[in-house]
Amino acid sequence: MAIEIEREITPAGAGPAGRPARPWWMRPAFHTGLIGAVGGYLLGHWLGNFLSSSYPQNPLSDTNDVPIVLGYAFGVIGWLAGLGIFNELFAMMAGKRIRDSHQLAAEDGADTGLAKYFRYSLNHKTVGIQYLFGMVGYFLTGGLFAMAIRSELLSPTYHLLGPTNYLMVVGEHGTMMMMMMTSVILGPFGNYLVPLMIGSKRMAFPRLEALSFWLTPAAYIILLSGVLFGGFPMGWTGYAPLSVQAAQGADAYYFAFGLMGISMILVGFNLIVTIINYRAPGMRWGRLPIFVWAIFTTAFLMVLAAPVLVGACFMTLSDRTFQTAFFVNTLGGSSYLWQNLFWFFGHPEVYLLALPGFGIVSELIPVFCRKPLFGYRVAGAGMVGVAILSFFVWQHHLFNSGINPDMRPVFMLTTELISIPTGFIYLVAMGTFWKAKIRFTIPMLFCLAFFFNFLIGGISGVFNSDTPADTTQHGSFFVMAHFHYTIMGGLIFAFMAGIYYWLPKMTGIKLNETLGKIHFWTMFIFFNSTFLPLFALGLMGMPRRVFEYAQNLQTLNDWVSISAFCLGGSILIFLINLVWSTLFLREPETGNPWQSRGLEWQVASPPAPENFAAVPVVLSGPYEYGVKGAPPMADLNPPTGVISGALTGQGAEV
Amino acid sequence: MAAQQASAPAAPAREEPRHGLRIFLLWLVLSLAADLVIWFVWYPHLPPGDLSDSANGQQLDFAVLGISAAPVMVLVFVYFGYALIVWRHRPGDDEDGPPIHGHTGVQVTWIIGTTLIVLWAFAFGTWALIKPAGAGAGEGPQPIWKLSGKLTSTWTPGANDMLQVQVIGQEWWWTFRYPQFGGMESTQLMLPDNTPVEFHVTSLDVIHSFWAYQLAVKADANPGVDNIAYTKPGQLGTVTVRCAELCGLWHGAMFTSGRVVTQSAFSRWATGVQVSEQNDGLIAAMPPYALTYDPTVIPQLGQDIVKVAGITGGNGYYYSGAQAGTAGPPVSP
Repeated sequence: MAIEIEREITPAGAGPAGRPARPWWMRPAFHTGLIGAVGGYLLGHWLGNFLSSSYPQNPLSDTNDVPIVLGYAFGVIGWLAGLGIFNELFAMMAGKRIRDSHQLAAEDGADTGLAKYFRYSLNHKTVGIQYLFGMVGYFLTGGLFAMAIRSELLSPTYHLLGPTNYLMVVGEHGTMMMMMMTSVILGPFGNYLVPLMIGSKRMAFPRLEALSFWLTPAAYIILLSGVLFGGFPMGWTGYAPLSVQAAQGADAYYFAFGLMGISMILVGFNLIVTIINYRAPGMRWGRLPIFVWAIFTTAFLMVLAAPVLVGACFMTLSDRTFQTAFFVNTLGGSSYLWQNLFWFFGHPEVYLLALPGFGIVSELIPVFCRKPLFGYRVAGAGMVGVAILSFFVWQHHLFNSGINPDMRPVFMLTTELISIPTGFIYLVAMGTFWKAKIRFTIPMLFCLAFFFNFLIGGISGVFNSDTPADTTQHGSFFVMAHFHYTIMGGLIFAFMAGIYYWLPKMTGIKLNETLGKIHFWTMFIFFNSTFLPLFALGLMGMPRRVFEYAQNLQTLNDWVSISAFCLGGSILIFLINLVWSTLFLREPETGNPWQSRGLEWQVASPPAPENFAAVPVVLSGPYEYGVKGAPPMADLNPPTGVISGALTGQGAEV
Repeated sequence: MAAQQASAPAAPAREEPRHGLRIFLLWLVLSLAADLVIWFVWYPHLPPGDLSDSANGQQLDFAVLGISAAPVMVLVFVYFGYALIVWRHRPGDDEDGPPIHGHTGVQVTWIIGTTLIVLWAFAFGTWALIKPAGAGAGEGPQPIWKLSGKLTSTWTPGANDMLQVQVIGQEWWWTFRYPQFGGMESTQLMLPDNTPVEFHVTSLDVIHSFWAYQLAVKADANPGVDNIAYTKPGQLGTVTVRCAELCGLWHGAMFTSGRVVTQSAFSRWATGVQVSEQNDGLIAAMPPYALTYDPTVIPQLGQDIVKVAGITGGNGYYYSGAQAGTAGPPVSP
């Protein structure tokens, strides 16, 4: 364990090396980033036109893909440059000494006011809050697209959106959700809470962490910019060769998804290194909060799976711009190649959407059951098992594709095997509930809803894994219902549990309880009322991503659409609660409202810029509820010399 | 599995009710009821019906998966429901619960139990895949699980000949070619009953997926790939054919219909279409029957083969499925 013991951080603003206090608009921030992005885009667009003037132009937009892609690339560089991300790089190249990132992180943390949330801030708590509000924004955008889809599906013939607009909306919804929501828990809670939970003052790589966040608005805006070119017709899966013949809107999809892939790799590396190296003394692997285990396994999935996506996106962009032929059958490419590459990333991806949810619910139920987590090792093993197996199942997306057909039983087996470690999460929960003292707080309600929804999602997943049954289910609304149950019903419900549980920690403000209860019940009821009928619709023969369907399915579809609008209303209640509680009501909650043993709750809310005054010494596990004479989780003010003594082999253990 | 929950260590304090037994009994009654309902009430009505042997197989598959899954779901629901009612926090009780960190017996039993369920699902699924010759799913160019039937160059009613049907997907239309009838082509899927059918699914442009819902057949149409799927219609009826893979703008409107008719009616229909298309010159105008097609190669290019106005032209127009059997304006490439 690498522990930084005695590195002294000068208090903010005190040292001679402190940044000169310029007014906010003089410092690189969001607004300079926007200027850089626009300038970069124009430069890249001009360069692309210059390089590809002889390429065929798309008659619709009077341009081709090269200027768009180069525009995006230069736009991102301009955006990052405008945010000041390269300043230190240039300073180093000029031979200047740059300041220590941990020092800068501590100073950023000490900043007051809202301006720090709009700049390239190195403090993990600032980045966590940036991620939180960013992710809520991305989620709401994706949700609005869903409302548009359901409006179109009110009628079996197309009436509201034409086919182009319908596919644009479907693609934007799917991609926004599947691409941006990969970081919905890892970004906000992973960055904010992991150092607090492992007793660290900081993350390992503050600059990587900040960069990983600032790539997400770029990916978001680029993805949305596809709308300007009529969107992309491939949905979130981006299958070739449809992608090769698609208009320029598709560049937005591939560029944004690749960019988000890079962000995922960065956030994953940072968390892995932090969790391995920055645990406080006494924070053994066996005492690591189960949420941190979930983040750890998720981070590994991100680091191992996302590069495949980045590579595949780059290959498609090169097919579309400088005319390689990775996916063009007639030129020696293969339409199967994208399917393999995409799902080799895509299946680990859906588990990296599930694992953080497992982590949050397993972290929260001991607190509200007032009991230790049942089978801590089983829970950890379950997460590691899911993470490993997730790399061996991707061909179950291709059961009907004709590729490698005699291997289908094997992929059926690996897919079904995943339900064993996933079942561990249920074993752990049911064991924890045994003779518990269950407190029905709002986070707990969301956890309970998670177990309800995820069970339906998981069991329907076993139906999907079964090759004969999948013949009917594949590409139908059944599959759609399945993954909405696991991702929306699992991940998003866990995310909501996390917000209600940890927002008091992150802001020192608690969310309104009445609105929270209304939010929970409406969301739970309308979520199920929206997605349960979709299983039936799929089995009755409704394919995904269609704007026309059989007349006899209209009643069910209308039911689903109306439920979906109500679900949207429920999310609106959440938004009102979030804004109203944090901006207007501002009910303070500075203590430990849940009587949690967790290390993150032993410090003030919001925590001090450096989390802990001294590196804490962890004395026991986080879930020792009801254990007579259990020591507190950590000694926050260990006697001087205890840590260095332990490191040199004389001290604590004697 | 509920029974094992009972063996979790219970503090023998004052008159503790036997929670495990209660949960077990509730689970037993409810899951038995659920299974009976699934098997006797739902099973005959489960999709995708019983038009073909693959549909029958999938119906059985859904029913068996259903009766296997229901007890698991009932266990979790009953357990959580019981826990929420019985072990809820009472006001004024600020004590923590019993510190149970785990229970080896429960954990091992759970792991063995779930493993057995998974192995059962795998074994049954493999049987249900292999027994009806790939269960109607696309099996690639060299299927290893085939339907029995004579492969012949012509198809005669009553001879148990395998009927070959080529399914061609293109944006945004399905066409069906019958190589045993001179390679004639139809926009409607016609099949004889009680006949083994071998679908050869391919695409001219992007990836489509041929989904004949009532037949329970689904096979992706990849360009340059011959994807084979089997089924055997068992009775007369209509079939809805949809595209199940997003293929672009009009994916939502890419559907057609089909019918299963008697063998003699099918024979009459197919021969009739073959004769009329030969007389029209349509068959000569189409690319020769092949397992895959390359739409950038036009075999008849430059030849004067146009006999029906608007089907195809020697001047670079190539065949468009939208014109099959109709006389419409030519479509430029």
